[in-house]
Amino acid sequence: MDKIVCTCGNVNPAGTLLCESCGRPLNKETAEKKLVDMRYEGSARRSQTYNKTIIDKVWNFFSSVKVGVWLIVLILVAASIGTILPQVFYVPATTEEDIAAYYERIYGTFGTLYYKLGLSDLYSSWWFQGLIGMLGISLIIASLDRVIPLYKSLKKQKTKRHFSFLKRQRIYGIGNIENGEESIKKAEEKLKTMRYNVKREGNALLAERGRFSRWGPYINHLGLILFLFGVMLRALPGFYVDETMWLREGETLYIPKTEGYFLESKEFIYETYSKEESEEVFGDAIDRVGTIAKNYQTNVVLHKGPEGAVAGHLDDLTFEKEAAIQVNKPLKFDNFSVFQMDFRLDELASMTFQLQDKETAESFGEFTINLADPKPVYELSEDAKVEILDYYADFTGFEDGVPQSQSPLPNNPAFLVKMYTPEFPKGETSFVMIKETLEPLGENQHKLAFQSVETRDVSGLTVRKDLTLPILMLGGVIFMIGVAQGSYWNHRRIWIQQLEDGQVVVAAHTNKNWLSIKKDMDAVSEVANLPKYEDQQDEDSKAEKEEGV
Amino acid sequence: MAQSKKKRFYIRTAILAVLTIAIVFTIYSNVTKEKNAVLREGDKAPDFALVDLEGNEHRLSDYKGEGVFLNFWGTWCKPCATEMPAMDNQYHVYKDQGVQTLAINIGESQLKVNSFKNSHGLTFPIAIDQNKSVMQSYNIAPLPTTFLINPDGRIEKIIKGEMTEQDIADFMEQIKPS
Amino acid sequence: MVEVSSTLLFIAFVAYLVATFLFGGAVKSSSSKASKSYERWGKLAITVTIIGFLSNIGYFITRWIAAGHAPVSNLFEFTTAFGMLVVGAFILIYFIYRITALGLFALPIAIIIIGYASMFPKEITPLIPALKSYWLTVHVITAALGEAILAISAVAGLIYLLKNIDMTKKSKQRFWIEAVMFVVVLVLGFIVATTSFTLAGYKAEFNYVNKEEQVLKMEYHMPPIFGMNESEAITENRMQPLMEMPPLVNAKKLTIVTWSVIFGTILYILLRLILRKRIAAVLQPFTKKANSQFMDEIGYRSVLIGFPVFTLGALIFAMIWAHEAWSRFWGWDPKEVWALITWLFYAAFLHLRLSKGWEGKKSAWLALIGFIIIMFNLVAVNLIIAGLHSYA
Repeated sequence: MDKIVCTCGNVNPAGTLLCESCGRPLNKETAEKKLVDMRYEGSARRSQTYNKTIIDKVWNFFSSVKVGVWLIVLILVAASIGTILPQVFYVPATTEEDIAAYYERIYGTFGTLYYKLGLSDLYSSWWFQGLIGMLGISLIIASLDRVIPLYKSLKKQKTKRHFSFLKRQRIYGIGNIENGEESIKKAEEKLKTMRYNVKREGNALLAERGRFSRWGPYINHLGLILFLFGVMLRALPGFYVDETMWLREGETLYIPKTEGYFLESKEFIYETYSKEESEEVFGDAIDRVGTIAKNYQTNVVLHKGPEGAVAGHLDDLTFEKEAAIQVNKPLKFDNFSVFQMDFRLDELASMTFQLQDKETAESFGEFTINLADPKPVYELSEDAKVEILDYYADFTGFEDGVPQSQSPLPNNPAFLVKMYTPEFPKGETSFVMIKETLEPLGENQHKLAFQSVETRDVSGLTVRKDLTLPILMLGGVIFMIGVAQGSYWNHRRIWIQQLEDGQVVVAAHTNKNWLSIKKDMDAVSEVANLPKYEDQQDEDSKAEKEEGV
Repeated sequence: MAQSKKKRFYIRTAILAVLTIAIVFTIYSNVTKEKNAVLREGDKAPDFALVDLEGNEHRLSDYKGEGVFLNFWGTWCKPCATEMPAMDNQYHVYKDQGVQTLAINIGESQLKVNSFKNSHGLTFPIAIDQNKSVMQSYNIAPLPTTFLINPDGRIEKIIKGEMTEQDIADFMEQIKPS
Repeated sequence: MVEVSSTLLFIAFVAYLVATFLFGGAVKSSSSKASKSYERWGKLAITVTIIGFLSNIGYFITRWIAAGHAPVSNLFEFTTAFGMLVVGAFILIYFIYRITALGLFALPIAIIIIGYASMFPKEITPLIPALKSYWLTVHVITAALGEAILAISAVAGLIYLLKNIDMTKKSKQRFWIEAVMFVVVLVLGFIVATTSFTLAGYKAEFNYVNKEEQVLKMEYHMPPIFGMNESEAITENRMQPLMEMPPLVNAKKLTIVTWSVIFGTILYILLRLILRKRIAAVLQPFTKKANSQFMDEIGYRSVLIGFPVFTLGALIFAMIWAHEAWSRFWGWDPKEVWALITWLFYAAFLHLRLSKGWEGKKSAWLALIGFIIIMFNLVAVNLIIAGLHSYA
């Protein structure tokens, strides 16, 4: 394709619809229209001009707004499908089988189908991410393809436009007025006070305002691209950490993925609203709903291991800081944040027993077993002691006579013990559970009488590092700037020209907000006595006028 | 004109290629994220130091030049209990051939681990990872998980789940220093 | 303070009702646009609207003081605030364009929204830990304001369509605009049904088994058409459910929806019998004075004004807060997803308008659909799809 030379002498790139300089329509189709299409100033979108190689075809595909809108619609529809049933990460199951079973059990055949089709993990599927990726490509290419020609054509535009351009503007008027030159001069001054940027060329005038709003869409696209880029970075190792840890009161655990940081839980606090403190205001709500949580908080101490310490290290921790982690108030250190996410109340921490004679209930003393670290022997007096032979934290029953524990958590502790008393220096064997006692080697004379338990709470914490956040923030800010620039400002242009036959032409264009430009025109007409304009697209007003209402 | 067309072709090809590669990489690593642990075969095994039940310190970097058969386990885990006697047998076969066996218990009590050790008659060194830091740095999800660490200190293989005695023998053979 | 607050809300509600009729008077007055009578009606109408709005803000502030937090923390409060902001957005647009017909349609929508809101428990609830953050105020109010401005676009679209669809000939558009009217009547049906059963003091308790196989209690305030899974009546002398639902379905909500549909349909049929015309056709004359070109522009500009506000409130502030409260800025929670869907939809709207030249009817329909998506997110996502946002 060749460049198009306009009658005015300007050389336009191939595909241009309106001469960049004077505005003459450059092909028949454009010339036949009543109004010109001003969307890209009639400039040549690069994509439409060449269509030779496969690369050009792919490029043109992504450059198309139609394709972009289709991608948006596809993402929108896909995203909505993902909300029909809960996604896997909200399902209380971890293994594949459990998850499948969950969907089947709760949602029946539809659930199974939903799971099998992969809709239950839709947002991390390759095709959904692929759609977003394609939208990203479309954002980049479509913007590149439009912003450059638009910039050029706005830069090249001449003050004096051809009559055929002016008469195809939506706001247009023509007429004979007395002393045209004088009017244009007055208009110029008025427009300047209205903060228009006015240019003159002989008997032609161009007043322009808010051109920068035309860049808004491209700036907001840039922001979006940056945001998507930030999201992409998380795939790289080191940028993103997301771990959970269960921390018991009194425990000190390594904080996953950190450089030798340890977290100690001092206390977990769970508070609810009491009716007394706020009867007047919240009383009704508490009556209706029951308990309402007020606070979840873990009081912690952050420790750091020595420089160069390797995993497994226990000693020489140095105190870093004390903190209270609450919902909405994470602990922050070194790009890491630790969030209060979950909790379990009242996990068994210790149990107190008394060694006593079954019949007389005579006591030989009490002892407390720390369930996280039971001692092998508890000495009660000189000749009485209890030996812990084995410990089953989460006792579930016997298998072939062997006691079983299904987890290391003290949900149902059981002990195999030997009780030594003066009468039985060789000891009596007993199997002690929370509610009952077994005597595997025959009847005993002594027993461990359960006295009390102490419990502790467990905090569920999330450890997060996200180095992409600043990029995402920047993307968001740029997007907002761009979108505000494009939405809250508008580009207005007013042309006034005296033709050779003495008639004066007025025409105006804005990319939005026609009301305001009409007001501007009215204000100018008032002082400058210009021909009456009309909105060539406003059928209603015309109809009204014709009806004579 | 021809010049600029060529230039345009190259620019477009370059932009499209960069975007496609970036997106494909992102999707690939996102989709495969769950399946691959952070540690992979071939990576350097993270160093650690733990004290075993006998009170001997085991520091991984001290075993450079030897293979290390690193087993993570818990007393409540049934497949762990099943494979341990077999491990003990092979420990005796390979301990003099430069393959060190070390079983790391995930944060249970001394008493429990001791009683387990005694009742199963285990003789290889067992250490307890009290603050779960070794477990975290090795990203242990299911138990048992076994890491084969070669004499260079690199991860030769990660085995999730129970092993037979034959498996164990083969694995130890694999990391034997030559 | 709480009582003052309720009274102020009631005053606002009444003022909106009165203002609607005044706007109707302005539009209906047979004289021409420029006449004095038209202007007088219009002035009076907007004055009453502003009085109502001030009273509404009074409600908001007094409730804020009483509760100690911004009153946007449950369904009643949020929906009421949304209704208030719709009026605010209308006032803003009114002073740009001075089009009375807009008030005639915007105010009833605000009235219905506030009416709908008051069907939910109205007591002041204390904040649960997740909501204790100043981001609650910032995020929710900005998001609601954005949605309210976007709603004005739908109002303009509605007026445009009522005016420009030929009601004398059968067409798809005529069918769908009447369908929109029907949906509005269904919302009224919900309000009528809830109010009448509340006035009648209906209450029935049932035990049922949920999907996790726990036995729970459920209180019905409407005669149970649908029963919960394996439900057993606790309250005596009450109607037995006509049909039992599987555990997945919340039969109570289904019952409410069904009653609303029944009441709404009856209401619609009655209206049709009385008016002897399609509702859209009845409303058409009211739109006669609205200039189509301006309606189109208002529809477009309110999207332009509302879209950045919505983005800021419903996505950006939302992400910042989500990162503080839930440790991640985005978690594909249904409410988040629907906010994204709304955003994508309006993005598509803007592209179609800017680059594909979708103006007039097409643009008006899109604006209506956008409002439907917003209402879906407000109503359905909270009531049907459970997620992190279902506080109410």
